Amino acid sequence: MSEQGGAGATHATTGTYLRVAAILVMVTLIEVGIFYVPAFQGILVPLLLVLSALKFALVVMFYMHLKFDNRFFTFLFGAPLFLALGVVIGLLFLFYGSVRLRAGG
Amino acid sequence: MSHAHPTSMGVDSRKMAFWAFIGSECLLFGSLISTYLIYKGKSLVGPYPHEILNIPFTSFSTFDLLMSSLAMVLALAAIQRGDMKQGKIWLFVTAFLGLVFLGGQVWEFSHFAHQGLGLTTNMFGSTFYVLTGTHGAHVTVGVIWLLTLWVQALRGKLGPGQALTVEIAGLYWHFVDVVWIVIFTVVYLIQ
Repeated sequence: MSEQGGAGATHATTGTYLRVAAILVMVTLIEVGIFYVPAFQGILVPLLLVLSALKFALVVMFYMHLKFDNRFFTFLFGAPLFLALGVVIGLLFLFYGSVRLRAGG
Repeated sequence: MSHAHPTSMGVDSRKMAFWAFIGSECLLFGSLISTYLIYKGKSLVGPYPHEILNIPFTSFSTFDLLMSSLAMVLALAAIQRGDMKQGKIWLFVTAFLGLVFLGGQVWEFSHFAHQGLGLTTNMFGSTFYVLTGTHGAHVTVGVIWLLTLWVQALRGKLGPGQALTVEIAGLYWHFVDVVWIVIFTVVYLIQ
């Protein structure tokens, strides 16, 4: 391994890349499958969000090499990502909260 | 410039800067996704999402982009081990799959336009086109970047010494992929 966080940082093997690709395809098929199954309609949203988060994590950890790279890169990506998530959740809460208040008032 | 400068933390400066850029992109797409979700179901006139979104077609686009990410890591791995023949092939495959995705998006947008969904038709049209259009613009930049690297490789100007350049292009490409993973779920599957 050369300089940590440089071009030669240790990455996954080709076999791992192929296995990750197979999992990504399978999870996508499951996502599309449960979209059409009426039995899953009640838990569709949380289920899809979990599956989407799994795919997101796999690509970031193995294809973007965050699992093997310098932890500082994880911070550089993770901190704004959680901030963005906070913005999404906060705006949704504020917007739908205000609608509910107006409706109730 | 093939050799980047290490920072006092021992990490590569170009890679560090690019991760910071990707972090800022998270905030950009976070705000666009928020806007889409806030105005979801607020359209007063059609067409509505469930009337025109084509899940089988978009599933294919998702598969296409996932395979382009696989091609990208295979390109990087080949270039890092000095196998430029494989590197050139996988770089081209990545760019080609990106072009296929863009072609699909052009078809989808024109199909929606024929169905009566324009940028100003309703809230769904406005937020949908801005979100997916911004993502499409990122894919376009990525395809141009990848084709530039491919041409450099064909001219013999790209080798294991420039692996970091390819890795940074790969980071961008994979980020475009993860953004689509979120868009596919939030916009297409959760209607």
